[in-house]
Amino acid sequence: MAAPVVEVQNVSKQYHRDKVEIRVLSNLSLSIPEGGFVALMGPSGSGKTTLLNLIAGIDRPDSGQVIVAGTAVHSLGESQLAKWRTRHIGFIFQFYNLLPVLTAYGNVELPLLLTKLSSKERREHVETALNLVGLGDRMKHYPRQLSGGQEQRVAIARAIVTDPTVIVADEPTGDLDKQSATEILDLLGRLNTEFGKTIVMVTHDPRAAERAKVVRHLDKGELN
Amino acid sequence: MSLFLTYGLRNLFVRKLTTTMTVLGMGLVVFVFAAVLMLAHGLEETLVDTGSPDNAIVVRAAASAETVSIMSRDQAGVARTQPEVALKADGTPVATNELIVMVNLDKRKNGDAGNVIIRGTTPDIFVLRSGIKLTAGRMFTPGTSEIIAGKRAAENFKGCALGEHISSAMRDWNVVGVFDAGGTGFDSELWGDVEQIQQVFKRPIYSSVTLRLKDAAQFDALKKRLEADPRMTVDVKRERQFYTEQSQATATFIRVIGLLVSIIFAVGAVIGAMITMYASVSNRTVEIGTLRAIGFSRTRILGVFLIESVWLSILGWVVGVIAASAMSLVTVSTTNWDTFAELAFSFALSPRILIGSLVFSVVMGLVGGFLPAVRASRARIVESLREAA
Ligand SMILES: Nc1ncnc2c1ncn2[C@@H]1O[C@H](COP(=O)(O)OP(=O)(O)OP(=O)(O)O)[C@@H](O)[C@H]1O
Ligand SMILES: [Mg+2]
Repeated sequence: MAAPVVEVQNVSKQYHRDKVEIRVLSNLSLSIPEGGFVALMGPSGSGKTTLLNLIAGIDRPDSGQVIVAGTAVHSLGESQLAKWRTRHIGFIFQFYNLLPVLTAYGNVELPLLLTKLSSKERREHVETALNLVGLGDRMKHYPRQLSGGQEQRVAIARAIVTDPTVIVADEPTGDLDKQSATEILDLLGRLNTEFGKTIVMVTHDPRAAERAKVVRHLDKGELN
Repeated sequence: MSLFLTYGLRNLFVRKLTTTMTVLGMGLVVFVFAAVLMLAHGLEETLVDTGSPDNAIVVRAAASAETVSIMSRDQAGVARTQPEVALKADGTPVATNELIVMVNLDKRKNGDAGNVIIRGTTPDIFVLRSGIKLTAGRMFTPGTSEIIAGKRAAENFKGCALGEHISSAMRDWNVVGVFDAGGTGFDSELWGDVEQIQQVFKRPIYSSVTLRLKDAAQFDALKKRLEADPRMTVDVKRERQFYTEQSQATATFIRVIGLLVSIIFAVGAVIGAMITMYASVSNRTVEIGTLRAIGFSRTRILGVFLIESVWLSILGWVVGVIAASAMSLVTVSTTNWDTFAELAFSFALSPRILIGSLVFSVVMGLVGGFLPAVRASRARIVESLREAA
């Protein structure tokens, strides 16, 4: 059994809305080994996105520890955390979140601008990533010139171009038709099996969950 | 160009209408700012070029302009016979004793009255100021009431064109020639025979003596000796410096008023830029969240939006400067407060004005973009990303 890449230990998170306290996560623990592929399921509002955000280092727990790729994420300062994310996390969103004024190439290059790579090295990385998602011939296309499935593949290329430790995907097929969804899931499956990427995916779709090695259900703040 | 720089520009092109409006607003302010500086600069250039580098002018001590200077015939005689003065082939000095009188004439355009300088001089003036050329007619004949007119005086005032005449001091003065002094202050003057003007205007004195130095380097020696001479009570100045000083009060006035107006306008343009940038920030909440998630720091987000705002101001600068440069075709005529005579000059662009207005514009962009950029950089990642749904 490989060492855990993601270690969530006794994490609690709550929100306050008009003096009402909403407990989203209570004393939750989760461990994902290197090369794992975990699907998080559960009813709407159960805290799936919140948990994913904690793992990805864009949110902080009220208590407990989040250790990802050997780093205690919750203890990093704002700017260290930003650097850490560039290095270790690849994001895939439900609505792709591509920048409309940049081409597919420009969008994929974006995270590399935060690294020390030369423009030639960046070009190689971007081309590799876009070829991997099957869009080597669409580099100069803008998001509005692509279908939803193609946009999501560009987003996946952007997520993997820095070769991150963990890929986090929040309902990556939630906005796609069946066929595009299948393509995206195939791609995530390949990233996991061929390239050994650790993936945490939130989904409502049982077919998507089937692709994962482990499915966890989140309900009332607890994991089952 | 780096993606960080072009990214802001691309986003501006997405919102064509708001961008155009904001750019036009900033362009207007840059136009006002640059045009005012061009006006002041044009005035200064006109007067600087009125002098030539190897000429010196002798005036009464502390006289800031020829119009308020008085020298006796004897003093003028001393000044022109100094050893530093260049000589003509016949051994006489290259110097003119000049008398300035002011006459009140009507403008062609609207009939308003304006003061015009009549310079009593001698034919040597064309030797001293070799850049000035007769373009029509002929030189005045000494001993007669003939005059020649600078081209702007001829254009702007009734009776000053070739073949016309003006009435002053109970005498008709016939314009027998027109000269071009290359846009300098002389173009706004009338020239006649100094002896005639002394008689007719009953002023048996001179205003100044202008003389050519054998060598421009001898100026200090001449100045020292003449100013120390007990008979003289004069100031000796380089001709260029003398005329430049005459532009200062008016040029400063134009600049101060112009800057005040520009700053008031700028407040409007800055608010416009701010509104545009706030709209840009709130339209792109998800984008900001995404960039932050990917690893862009707060400072970078701040930079992204500041750059975008600076692009707005650079586009505004381009528009404003293009409009302002069209102004260099325009000639204005106004009273020079240092001499109270009417002076015609053009808007003149210079590299300093280009750079100055660019700085002014970029500062507007930075000020207008600052608060929106701070808001963008402060946004919380998780909340920004939730806006997608
Ligand atoms: N900023 C916030 N302020 C207050 N409450 C919040 C905030 N963010 C999330 N919540 C609440 O926390 C709970 C969990 O939200 P979360 O987005 O993690 O759920 P989810 O499982 O991802 O739901 P969905 O399937 O609809 O995406 C919800 O009740 C939500 O309303
Ligand atoms: Mg969610």
